[in-house]
Amino acid sequence: MPVNEGMANLSDLLFGTSVAVYAAGMLGYAAEFAFSRLGTPSGKAATADGDGQLETAGEAGAQAEKQEILVGAATSAPGTAEAAGGSIEAAGKPGRAGKATRAGAGTAGLADAAGGAAGSDVAAGGGDAAGSGFAPWIGRIAVVLTIVGWVAHVGSAVTRAIAASRVPWGNMYEFSSMICLIAVTTFLALMTRQQIRWLGVFVMVPVVLSMGFAGTVLYVAAGPLVPALNSYWLRIHVAGAIVASGVFLVSAVTTVLFLLKDRWENRLAEVASGRAEASRAMRSRGGIVMRLPSSATLDTITYRAIAFAFPIWTFAIIAGAIWAEAAWGRYWGWDPKETWSFITWVIYAAYLHARATAGWRGRRAAAVSLLAFSALFVDYYLVNLVISGLHSYAGV
Amino acid sequence: MSTRPTAPSGHVDGLRPDDPTVLEAPEAFDPPAPRASSRRPPAARGPAGSAPETGPDEAPEADSESGAGTVSGTGPGDVPETGQETGADARPAGAASAAGSAEPAGAAGSADAAGAAGSAGFAGAAGAAGAGPRAAWLALLVRSWRQLTSMRTALVLLFLLALAAVPGSLIPQRNLNPMKVEEYFAEHPTLAPWLDRFSAFNVFGAPWFAAIYLLLFISLIGCLWSRVHWHARALFTAPPKAPARPGRLPGGSTWTSPLDAPDAVDLARGALRGRRFRVAVAPGDARRPDGSPDHSVAAEKGYLRESGNLVFHLALVALLAGMGLGSWFGYQGTVLVVTGNGFANTLISYDQYSGGELVDAAGLPPFSLTLDQFSASYQDNGQPADFRADVSYQSDIGSPVRTDTIRVNHPLRIGSAKIYLIGHGYAPHFVLRDPAGAVVWESYVPCTPRDGMFTSTCTVKIPDTGLPPVGERQEPQQLAFSGVFTPTTVLDPGHGYVSTFPAARAPGLTLTGFVGNLHLNEGIPQNVYAVDTRDMTQFPMTGPAGEKRIAQVVALNNPGQRTLTGLPGGLSLEVDGVHEFATFQTKSDPYKGLVLGASVVIILGLVASLRVRRRRVWVRATPLDGGGSTVEVGGLSRSDAQGFAAELAALSEEIRLDTTEAEATADGEKPAAAMPADPVTSTTISATSEREP
Ligand code: HEM
Repeated sequence: MPVNEGMANLSDLLFGTSVAVYAAGMLGYAAEFAFSRLGTPSGKAATADGDGQLETAGEAGAQAEKQEILVGAATSAPGTAEAAGGSIEAAGKPGRAGKATRAGAGTAGLADAAGGAAGSDVAAGGGDAAGSGFAPWIGRIAVVLTIVGWVAHVGSAVTRAIAASRVPWGNMYEFSSMICLIAVTTFLALMTRQQIRWLGVFVMVPVVLSMGFAGTVLYVAAGPLVPALNSYWLRIHVAGAIVASGVFLVSAVTTVLFLLKDRWENRLAEVASGRAEASRAMRSRGGIVMRLPSSATLDTITYRAIAFAFPIWTFAIIAGAIWAEAAWGRYWGWDPKETWSFITWVIYAAYLHARATAGWRGRRAAAVSLLAFSALFVDYYLVNLVISGLHSYAGV
Repeated sequence: MSTRPTAPSGHVDGLRPDDPTVLEAPEAFDPPAPRASSRRPPAARGPAGSAPETGPDEAPEADSESGAGTVSGTGPGDVPETGQETGADARPAGAASAAGSAEPAGAAGSADAAGAAGSAGFAGAAGAAGAGPRAAWLALLVRSWRQLTSMRTALVLLFLLALAAVPGSLIPQRNLNPMKVEEYFAEHPTLAPWLDRFSAFNVFGAPWFAAIYLLLFISLIGCLWSRVHWHARALFTAPPKAPARPGRLPGGSTWTSPLDAPDAVDLARGALRGRRFRVAVAPGDARRPDGSPDHSVAAEKGYLRESGNLVFHLALVALLAGMGLGSWFGYQGTVLVVTGNGFANTLISYDQYSGGELVDAAGLPPFSLTLDQFSASYQDNGQPADFRADVSYQSDIGSPVRTDTIRVNHPLRIGSAKIYLIGHGYAPHFVLRDPAGAVVWESYVPCTPRDGMFTSTCTVKIPDTGLPPVGERQEPQQLAFSGVFTPTTVLDPGHGYVSTFPAARAPGLTLTGFVGNLHLNEGIPQNVYAVDTRDMTQFPMTGPAGEKRIAQVVALNNPGQRTLTGLPGGLSLEVDGVHEFATFQTKSDPYKGLVLGASVVIILGLVASLRVRRRRVWVRATPLDGGGSTVEVGGLSRSDAQGFAAELAALSEEIRLDTTEAEATADGEKPAAAMPADPVTSTTISATSEREP
């Protein structure tokens, strides 16, 4: 089967373009994220966060330093002057703290408030209504860049498919590209429904890194498949694995964010109850962490992503077993690739169990989620590149 | 505790303060503990209070049970989490266990026979029989069984399973790559035997690996047993009655309707039915605790979640069973076939055979197969593009000969066996002639491929050369050749003759010859692919490479360059062509179908279990003095409360419209009725969010 060289070159060009444009978009998200600390953390979440913190601040007796941070955070939302004003007023009157919450419930109040806002529209990123600063504009440009990069990315996949006259997932370079395409598509699709621009930088960093790695180390020229890969079960199996991996990637990102936010909320509760001082790090990073949805929301997003991807991963493994049966005569042979897919599957099952078992939610479940993702990482990179097995030829 | 929790609350605690009736059947939604219900299967339920023998040693037992219940009893639904809920869970569990102790010891004995469900019986027996050693044993047994079937144990075992699989991918495994194992032994002479002692080179067949998964599956079966019981009961039980004030539940709403209470309830029932809830209307003579008539509807939906979950776990068991049976009743054989030859499905035909413990190796289905032609095609860079083996076969002795093509990914199915193409290579044709030109020996000799370009190593052993034994020990003069076959031969200045393409475009063979005693037929199995040169000497040959050379190169396609002369005794060797050979693997696994079926069910069950939401809705109408009624709607979801909030809102809106539009806004005293868009609802819709299993 001849390879269409023109198309193959076009595909490579589009791939490079898309990586470059994604990288620019990534910087845009990062810039928005970083600047909005001083600029406009607007929207409901900011308001809610502000309120929640004010309550906790009041609780702690409103030490001057703390007020500085917290009021600073609230007033940094010019778009919501009313809320900020209200907050300042409240902060000025420590008496209001009494109304706030009982001791120890500081975080609950915070989470509650943020969660309330995050419930239907996970706010924060969208300074759309109130955007007076330049940060939201950077954010919007980043979204446009992401879309442009995505179009180029899709183009790269399509032209490669045409060049080699087959599905564009036949080697590791192509798998990586497709997983990233799924992750970006998931992100863009979510963005049409929810205000999750804040997620941008966290999605784009792994995407740009793995595409960069794919384009340099893993790159192979377009060509037909080796016979063992040439089966429609391959298309199904690999497609399933790619979709599940892409979504698992998103869940790993939200897990990390959950841990950050959770820690921050705990610290805040400590500060609020007077058990700890607000540290310098909290003040400088607080603005960023605060823009994330509540830890409870992040936890929920993680769960949903995993609950969505787990059946697909199961399906991919089963499809792989069917394919192995057709190709090698055994549906399961504990080949390293199979072993690690199995390990990944078992740990994700453990995650689902962990969430169902009291006392294992939150941080412990998050740890399990990260463990599972590490297994996926080993399965994907190390098994193909370091440990060799029957699947190796499918790799690089 | 307030009725409107400020912090996000769990599902059930919103109810409890209001209405004790909800607790009448709490396990219908939230099983106190699967084991608690398993201990009380309806059939085995002893006459409550007939023999209240709750001995002193029974109390701690009950306690530990309820403790276990809260850990493991997260059972089939979603998990109660807060302290109060845990308490609520513990209560029925404790009660059940107390009742269990009331069971006569005889009944306990029969429960024993009933297996898993009998653990309750054990507890009862232990309590009733006092502190005898037997009882202690039973108690221990019961406790370990409960421990084993707890969800936390399942979690630990899952982790162990994952952990145990890791060395299997890092240390070479005998069944996958025996050569690597030997290399490992050579490289780590002290460590390897130790690892071997722990089955590290056969992890997936190791006893400790089996122990983990068997424990996991015993735990799973025990867990399932009670959950299936419990769920079956839930399926045939009406949803629990409405609380006193459903409108006060998170996300609930309340309004005034001009309709009488029974009519309003009827409309609500219709709306719920329309949304395919299972609906139970309080009977006409039902009374509230305060004696007033009870006009209410309880509705529930999403039983499929738990069904799916159970089916998924059951299918896991079936999958394991299928794999186990398959390994007992399946067999496999590998055979190398040179084009033009064939094999029969008998033990001796196979180069390698392995069968399950329960397979009769003498009675394999008698099919036979011949390789008519093998063809391979390659891309320009030498990557394989397609392999096909054209075969003719007979499915049984005397049955008609059919033809087919076996390709990678396209095995040939004969009965329950499948024949796969798993490899191929080259078999040059060697002809040994005596000085008169008569053929002494000839054969196709398969060579072992060494690289992607099919550079292959060949070993030729010729025991019967017709030459007389020599020397005082009368050593036989047997011949052996070892060589390297190159399908597309190119002379590389640095490396000698190499192959640059896997197809046989310019086949060449580099050969060296040995004469002496091969030590065949001495009872010691020999590797066909290696020459034992202890008692052999290398001899020079004359051929294309020149006179009296140790190594010669022959070009198989060139009749002038493929004969070697000057062999001992004046023999000559011609390599006059090459055939391709194919390696076939016969595999029979009669339980593959079961495994496949279980896999499909696993996916379906999983999707149902992770996608479906279990939720309850209650509607209560309270008659107003001046006619009309107050209607309250509220609900709870065990998972994905966010999605449920929207559903509940839509449902409430529908019922409100149904029950108010008859005489729109007739009584304006309640703004709720006048302003459908802004109902008097508890505004805690989001308060149930963030809780998922
Ligand atoms: C072979 C090992 C097992 C695997 C792979 C497995 C897998 C799973 C998965 C993927 C779920 C998620 C479904 C959901 O969240 O609805 C689940 C749920 C569940 N599993 Fe297992 N499981 C195993 C063994 C067990 C055992 C031994 C038990 C009993 C002790 C158990 C009890 C449960 C329960 C109660 C749930 C429901 C949790 C919930 O309501 O969310 N599982 N299991």
